[in-house]
Amino acid sequence: MQIYLPIAELSVNAFLLLGIGGVVGFLSGLFGVGGGFLITPLLFFIGIPPAIAVATGANQVVASSISGVLAQLKRKAVDFPMGFVLLAGGLVGSFIGVWVFARLTAAGQVDLFVQLSYVLFLGGIGLTMFWESVGALRRSSKPGAPIRRSHTHNWVHGLPFKMKFRASGLYISVLPPLAVGALVGFLAAIMGVGGGFIMVPAMIYLLGMPTKVVIGTSLFQIIFVTAFTTIMHAVTANTVDMMLAVLLILGGVIGAQLGAQVSGRLRAEQLRILLSLLVLGVAVKIAADLLLRPAELYTITPGVLP
Amino acid sequence: MIRALLFWLTLSCPAFASEAIVAGLSQNRVAITADFNGSEILIYGAVKRDAPAPKGPMHVIITVEGPKIPVIVRKKARRFGIYVNDESVQISSAPSFYAVATTGRLAETLSETENLRHRITLPLVIRPVGISTQAEDAPDFVAATIRIREKEDRYRLEERSVQFTEATLFRADVDLPANLSEGLYQVRVFLTRDGQVVDRFDQQINVRKAGLERFLFNMSREQPLIYGLLSLLIAVVAGWAASAAFRQMKR
Repeated sequence: MQIYLPIAELSVNAFLLLGIGGVVGFLSGLFGVGGGFLITPLLFFIGIPPAIAVATGANQVVASSISGVLAQLKRKAVDFPMGFVLLAGGLVGSFIGVWVFARLTAAGQVDLFVQLSYVLFLGGIGLTMFWESVGALRRSSKPGAPIRRSHTHNWVHGLPFKMKFRASGLYISVLPPLAVGALVGFLAAIMGVGGGFIMVPAMIYLLGMPTKVVIGTSLFQIIFVTAFTTIMHAVTANTVDMMLAVLLILGGVIGAQLGAQVSGRLRAEQLRILLSLLVLGVAVKIAADLLLRPAELYTITPGVLP
Repeated sequence: MIRALLFWLTLSCPAFASEAIVAGLSQNRVAITADFNGSEILIYGAVKRDAPAPKGPMHVIITVEGPKIPVIVRKKARRFGIYVNDESVQISSAPSFYAVATTGRLAETLSETENLRHRITLPLVIRPVGISTQAEDAPDFVAATIRIREKEDRYRLEERSVQFTEATLFRADVDLPANLSEGLYQVRVFLTRDGQVVDRFDQQINVRKAGLERFLFNMSREQPLIYGLLSLLIAVVAGWAASAAFRQMKR
């Protein structure tokens, strides 16, 4: 069944979109990530213009994050004060990101910038995660090996403007969470992603938050940042395609719930290795697009040169 | 000299021509609805004669042209080991869709001067005003535009796709693709003899988004904030509904 997308102005198979939403939703439920880093490149791949893919991808992440955060709320695994501090940084980052995105679109370099961000962040995160999980898997198979301390004092604890975060059991400066939030907000606007894949490691390793509150808190702030990004893109560039969003969301929320059920049956380290391989796969695919000579060197965009 | 001028007048002005064209379209309105998957337009007509048919091969050329908009054509080049957009050329007006259908091979159907005058073939339709100053190999950019859009099925040349019956009646089916954009589509039907245009007929097709498509598109342009908030509301409700539904199922 073909469906015409009113903003993207092209006709796509509705089941293909439901399928993409479903597969990405399944993976996001399985690994506890938003899935934006998969959905946006997949939309590029089926011919959705990058600006529309990024803006609509952000809208889709809102739905999957809400679905996820509701599950976490039940377990009281959301640190609200930390969420609001991250959010304050996130809104600033998102605002700058949307502005930069519009600038780059005008200069014709937005595709490059988005692709470079994907290669850099997905590649970096994927490698770190892979390395770390392989190490963890090896440690767990060797009993008696020393366990790494999760709570270590580093330079982060010397910064001013300290604040108490009770749910996380932390007394730290607000500056690092503000900075992490801003970076994630920026990425959300540029890449159409929630930024969970960078937020979660930053919270664990940089802020020293306990793992049990990390996912809930990161999802909580991602909802607001991606919601803000969606509105900004809708207002500044009219690039949110509601028809596309509805189909992706519909597939996504169902897939996410199924994924969450399967995730209970797999071991955490195995899950992380799978996720890191997936992330690396996407990074390698995008890097190859940049490095290899494209079949068609020319591209056409409607519009007037500035 | 005078004879030549008279000859030219007879051929170029339909009022004096011994042959004229009457044509019609199966529809002059196309509605893009949510399940729009392309549309087929039937263009039909007849050649009207006051006198016995003159000598020379007779042909019909039909063009369908979508709304013209400015486009930017960018060329990728290798910089620091990766392919990035480098040179760009502004084409001030390129149709979003262009189809040419003919009764015979275009070269035999139409003379070069008549082509120039009526702007029938693609390189003449795309008006590359002042592009030679924008890039060294500017014509390559125009050629690339045509090549890419031909691949997307937006530009086509369909020789011998117009059928003649009894040397007076003709018909052609033009497929409008699924990736159609809105606007007024110009349909031109040319009657040629010996490569000279004898008569032409002009008509328009109004392509509009309809129903939900129209509503969403208008709202995204006129009320972008409300549109954005509505998109969010859908996301919020869907996210909440899914987790609620699955919680019910677990019980």
